[in-house]
Amino acid sequence: MEPIVVNNNFKSEEYFINMGPQHPATHGVLRLLLTIDGEIIKKVEPDLGYIHRSIEKMCERDSYQQIVHLTDRMDYLSSNINNEAVCLAVENALQLEVPERVKVVRTIIGELTRIASHTLWWGVTGMDVGAFTTFFYGFRDREMINDIFEETCGARLTMNYNIPGGLMFDIHPNFVKRTKEFVAHFKTKLPEYDALLTNNVIFQHRTKGVGVLTKEDAISFGASGPVGRASGYSCDVRVHHPYSALDKVKFKEAIRTEGDTFARYKVRIQEMWESLSIIEQLIDNIPEGDHKVATNAVIKLPKGEFYQRVETARGELGVYIISTGTKNAHRVKFRSPGFSNLSLLNHISVGSKIGDLVAIMATLDLVIPDIDR
Amino acid sequence: MAWLNNSILEDMGYFSDIYQGIKSLLTGMSITGKYFLNFRKGSITQQYPENRETLKMFERFRGEVIMPHDENNEHRCTGCQACEIACPNGSIEIIWDRQLDEESGKKKKMIDKHIYHLGMCTMCGLCIEACPTDAIKWGQNFENSVYDRKYLDRVLNKPGSKLMKGVEE
Amino acid sequence: MLLSITKNIHEWLFSLMPENVASIVEMTIIAIIYLTGFAVAGLFLVLMERRIAAWFQLRRGPNRVGFHGILQTIADALKLVSKELTGTIKADKFLYNLAPYFVIITALLALSVLPFTQDFQAFDINIGILFLIAISSIGVIGILLAGWSSNNKFSLIGAMRSGVQTISYELSVSLSLLTIVLMTGTLQLSEIVEVQKNGWLIVQGHIPAVIAFMIYMIAGTAETNRTPFDLVEAESELGAGFHTEYSGMKFAYFFLAEFINMFIIASIATTVFFGAWLSPFGITESIPLLGIFWFLAKTFVIVFLMMWFRWSFPRLRIDQILTLEWKYLLPINLVNLVVMAVIVWLGLTIQF
Repeated sequence: MEPIVVNNNFKSEEYFINMGPQHPATHGVLRLLLTIDGEIIKKVEPDLGYIHRSIEKMCERDSYQQIVHLTDRMDYLSSNINNEAVCLAVENALQLEVPERVKVVRTIIGELTRIASHTLWWGVTGMDVGAFTTFFYGFRDREMINDIFEETCGARLTMNYNIPGGLMFDIHPNFVKRTKEFVAHFKTKLPEYDALLTNNVIFQHRTKGVGVLTKEDAISFGASGPVGRASGYSCDVRVHHPYSALDKVKFKEAIRTEGDTFARYKVRIQEMWESLSIIEQLIDNIPEGDHKVATNAVIKLPKGEFYQRVETARGELGVYIISTGTKNAHRVKFRSPGFSNLSLLNHISVGSKIGDLVAIMATLDLVIPDIDR
Repeated sequence: MAWLNNSILEDMGYFSDIYQGIKSLLTGMSITGKYFLNFRKGSITQQYPENRETLKMFERFRGEVIMPHDENNEHRCTGCQACEIACPNGSIEIIWDRQLDEESGKKKKMIDKHIYHLGMCTMCGLCIEACPTDAIKWGQNFENSVYDRKYLDRVLNKPGSKLMKGVEE
Repeated sequence: MLLSITKNIHEWLFSLMPENVASIVEMTIIAIIYLTGFAVAGLFLVLMERRIAAWFQLRRGPNRVGFHGILQTIADALKLVSKELTGTIKADKFLYNLAPYFVIITALLALSVLPFTQDFQAFDINIGILFLIAISSIGVIGILLAGWSSNNKFSLIGAMRSGVQTISYELSVSLSLLTIVLMTGTLQLSEIVEVQKNGWLIVQGHIPAVIAFMIYMIAGTAETNRTPFDLVEAESELGAGFHTEYSGMKFAYFFLAEFINMFIIASIATTVFFGAWLSPFGITESIPLLGIFWFLAKTFVIVFLMMWFRWSFPRLRIDQILTLEWKYLLPINLVNLVVMAVIVWLGLTIQF
């Protein structure tokens, strides 16, 4: 790995500070090389590679069933959506039509995953700006979703519930009941989120007007997900390229135009409401049917290139598979949302304070294994 | 925050800012205060080692791979190695050889050892899906910490165990 | 009862040995009593904070060591005592070792003037409030020294933040106390308590006193470097702030001093606004010993309030902290001071 070239032409008042790889605000092993003048940030240089596990290379080694579980370990907070992306890519390549039941269940679990990710993000954002209690309230609600997952899939985080051709096993009999319980519970808790943090005067002053990202910059940096949508860039894959059962539901894309930290925050809060409404539309009529279609034990994709995009909790995840017709992929490339969103960091945080940088990073919602893969 | 400006409107904003600010802070305090008062029933954490008796995992919980044996010390593993092939990490190793089957008198593939490396397992569940005879299952044990990693390499079939009758048909 | 005991001990000591020796022995005894109280109060406050935080956060809190976790902080303290004292190589050793004592001694000094109950006050100085304000501003030197000498940029940022913050908020603390002093006409704490026999000062001074109390609470929270003003050790920004490089007992000194400072800020509020050891409506006036109970009860209510702040609010940014002080608290405080002066001049205070 090439060493980071240190820019030596800085002024005498400026100094370097190493934020990370072990730092509470980086939520993982991200290292930021900050050039600071007093409290004001002059430059942010992210240094990656501390948690690189060559997932893309491993995907070339493993069979198509096996690479699904590797994607759990990328963006571990939206693991089920990652699985879905790979499965959809393989299914599209095989021109496999999965049962309606699978599509609906995948969408419901995907939206539950999104809520779980956003509740955790909410708690951590609160903690990053100093309100410790939000962390536990966020985890309380996430715990209910994790229980649903654990009952149905057997795992709480790295679920690996999707397989090419459907689902590994059928949903648990309690799934519908528990999901309804959760939706009812969470509808009473979301207003509390607002009362505790969103409307808090300190939080608003900490976030409004901080880290402003214009729509043009959002597009040119390749921002996606809530980060792009907060800048007025309509980039929700669920709306523009609906997959699974998302074409059957009605929901509003959460878009704001301010582009600051508070807008990114509000977009995510609004997305939780939208996800709840998607779940409500689907949960009552999950169609009967098989939970998978039979595939060959050894899946061989036809020769060619296949791309599938999905909307994870952080933004657009693209799965790009080049197949030469063998049982392994020739090349697999993941376009991860975190990587593009991280590239914004220097652009939007120059000139702000250290405290702002933490708030900005919180609302970029970086998951480092997603960036490093 | 609104700066102290000369215009009267801004001055009004100064006081309404203070009012709104204090109001929002009190609302936030009322939320935490409500939970504080209900702390006895609201606790979301568990008293872990004490509640071992009552702590029950869901039946699909992926704790570790186990191979159930019946009372005659018989398992269902035919040694087909489907799980070994399905495993992405090489967590499963099957040592087998061809032994003489007493009933039919033919040489048959039989497992000697079904080795499971828990330390390498990512709990993806592909082996259990791949198994044609349901020989391996998920165990609900979640207390997997050991003092030496050699204890993580487990032989799943019990010593002296043999294949259950009628599995191969 | 307590008073007679102290008096008896006093007389017994003076009858036993020459006057000089006796007074030295007496001072030592008092110092030991205060040190013990200091340690116990600090440890209890840490436990209280942890329990209260747990209840706010739907957790259970420490409940394993001793009955309901009551010995938890003692176990922690023992652990810290037995820990190795690490330090950085390039640290300024003298200042680095000096800093914790600055912090802890100032906290201890302030404790000496607090009127726990009638006559149970180690040092009834006639400029009590001024003394308290002066002492509380020395503590920041320890924090600055710690941040500067430990040769760590995160520590330095934390220390500088602390300097800025404490110097700014000193003003508000002093001015809000000054507002009350307008009513009492004295700086001596025992006399301030005496005045409140006609009603607590927050009642006597009604509107301006309530405003002064609110400002005092905000500024006092900032003085103790607690959330929402905990920029000094903002754990999500600086890791641990000024005490990053300290370990073992030196760290424990900072930690204890922080909690004792909280106790002191709350006790000053109790003394100045809520009548110190006076019972509400004089219901237990006949039992002077209960004064300690009333004093501690009021103090812990205010401490609880500060904990409630801490576990509810996010943290301010450094420029917002200064904005809040110089553009909001200070002007309001100055106006409030004038209003209070007018009220006292016109005799509009509420007296029972």
